[in-house]
Amino acid sequence: MLEVKDLHVHLDTPAGLVKAVDGVSFRLEAGQTIGIVGESGSGKSVLAHSLTKLNPEPPATYPKGEILFEGENILTMDKKRLRSLRGKEIAMIFQDPMSSLNPVFKIGRQLMEAIQTHQKLPKKEARQKAVELLADVGIPDPERRMQNYPHQFSGGMRQRVLIAIALAARPKLLIADEPTTALDVTIQAQIIELLKKIQKKYSTAIIMITHDLGVVANLADRILVMYAGKIVESGSTANIFYDTAMPYTWSLLRSIPRLDAAGSERLLHIEGHPPNLIQPPTGCNFHPRCPFARDACLQIDPPLSECGTDHFAACVLSKQQFDEEKQAVAEQKGVLLS
Amino acid sequence: MTALLEIKDLHVHFPIKSGVLQKTTGHVKALNGIDLTVKKGETLGIVGESGCGKSTLARSIVGLQKPTSGDILFDGKPYTDASSKELYELRRNMQMVFQDPYTSLNPRMKVSESIAAPLKAYKKTKNLESRVKELMELVGLNPDDHYSRLPHEFSGGQRQRIGIARAIALEPQLIVCDEPVSALDVSVQAQVINLFQDLQKKLDLTYVFIAHDLSVINHIADRVAVMYLGKVMEKSHRETFQAHAEHPYTNALLSAVPLPDPDKERARERIVLKGELPSPANPPSGCVFHTRCPKATEFCKTNIPVPQERGVAGQEVACFYPVGAEEKARITL
Repeated sequence: MLEVKDLHVHLDTPAGLVKAVDGVSFRLEAGQTIGIVGESGSGKSVLAHSLTKLNPEPPATYPKGEILFEGENILTMDKKRLRSLRGKEIAMIFQDPMSSLNPVFKIGRQLMEAIQTHQKLPKKEARQKAVELLADVGIPDPERRMQNYPHQFSGGMRQRVLIAIALAARPKLLIADEPTTALDVTIQAQIIELLKKIQKKYSTAIIMITHDLGVVANLADRILVMYAGKIVESGSTANIFYDTAMPYTWSLLRSIPRLDAAGSERLLHIEGHPPNLIQPPTGCNFHPRCPFARDACLQIDPPLSECGTDHFAACVLSKQQFDEEKQAVAEQKGVLLS
Repeated sequence: MTALLEIKDLHVHFPIKSGVLQKTTGHVKALNGIDLTVKKGETLGIVGESGCGKSTLARSIVGLQKPTSGDILFDGKPYTDASSKELYELRRNMQMVFQDPYTSLNPRMKVSESIAAPLKAYKKTKNLESRVKELMELVGLNPDDHYSRLPHEFSGGQRQRIGIARAIALEPQLIVCDEPVSALDVSVQAQVINLFQDLQKKLDLTYVFIAHDLSVINHIADRVAVMYLGKVMEKSHRETFQAHAEHPYTNALLSAVPLPDPDKERARERIVLKGELPSPANPPSGCVFHTRCPKATEFCKTNIPVPQERGVAGQEVACFYPVGAEEKARITL
């Protein structure tokens, strides 16, 4: 359904050219959920915004690559077609639900506007549909809540409203950019359950962008791990978590405190911080922080290559070499291997 | 071990003022009867969602917020009514690390000046430069390279290190950490958590560690207190915290945390709490959790549960219908 081929997105900032997305390719099938995981500055949000060409231009430019949605290239689409695509076929929800809603209009009006933009419906029917959508996303007493303004909703409720707006035109693809990051953990659980329910009911494809490995473990069929503008590992959720092939993913999994661990183990210390993308390191972007780094990593920028069934990693080490060295690194760093 | 810090029936209420005359029309009950003790050398983890009063608690402990009633004792001495001179003496032993490493440092002060500020305030200016350099080394900053730099030249993780250096400068006994890692990136968070643990061993520190992330608390704390709407719902030791959690809220929190393990995620049954956190200006009657509790009955609406000791040593639960072993088996892994 969606195919991204060798996508490059550059941001022309006063400090220099930022290669925010640097040669990303992936495919998404209808009804599938892909998780894109990365830290801040990894380019995951720029990538997500590129999929509907929402990055402000300038500073963003798309020097290379294609985004094919059902065969059509989004990057070369005319404005009119793009407008009808956004919201209708591809919808987006964002991290901050307050700034995505207009504070001076009632929720009902904003929701009806979303419905009527994409469907020619009389007001009464649009209204009826808006109430149904609110009920669908679990807002109690939807009839009355239509009359409320955004400030009368809590964070979790606003995120539900945004999901309702996103679903208004029954999109084929829903892009969720850190939709639960600003929410409390019990509310996050509600939203995750809601997204799962929606996926089951409407078989919408979902691209879930997050920094939280726990969130994608629950939701995603496939995971793409991003670091410094590149995909460094991609594979099925089971591959990424249980048969990790790339030092960054491996280190990240061992650096997060886990609720399902004894609590007495040590967290892996990844040196330094994510690189500056104006002057990225030579060779592999992760080498200055990588516990597996060797001389070759300073020169070679490894491409994403197959290391198992439908499992890709960008590392100079082969999967076999990596598996052999893991234990020694875990011991040296004093962290658990599994 | 003796109690370094004791909090007894602490209440903090903020008046709500409205109208032209600014009449007090109600109170936000940020803290509503908190009892906690912190032993010397341990880490007390306090966990709760936004609005539960955990930051107000942190501010009350270091004396930045005057309580409405109740007592806080440091080393056996109460200080809620202390004069500013007494507080000055007290703060030598009690420091705080803040959440936001961007706003908690003065952007115009060199890093070395920020770290030296507490030393100057307590007139410990002998060998000031070498002490600052020593502190920078302790928190993993390079004193030769970083000494005269300004905060904007540092990443979030490094800034948090500066904040920690400043907090340990006076060799305090207690450090109150209010969400010190929640603004940091995943890979950087681990560095700072490890630093907290190393410093605790090296300098014999006691922490009150506040976080909304249960995984972080599970990793760093010796004892855990779960807060909800200005009250402590459950207290227990870290080792027994998960397996024996009896309060429905604690169990809901535990089950809401997504685990970075797809098989476990798919296998477990999740308790999804209905609704949202009620307003602390108008807390529910009876048990404050009853509006969202899956086990609540009519009784919970009118009666306030008192924290009671339970089966496991050190565990206290404020609930009329604690989660039993059988029920527990279904929701845990």
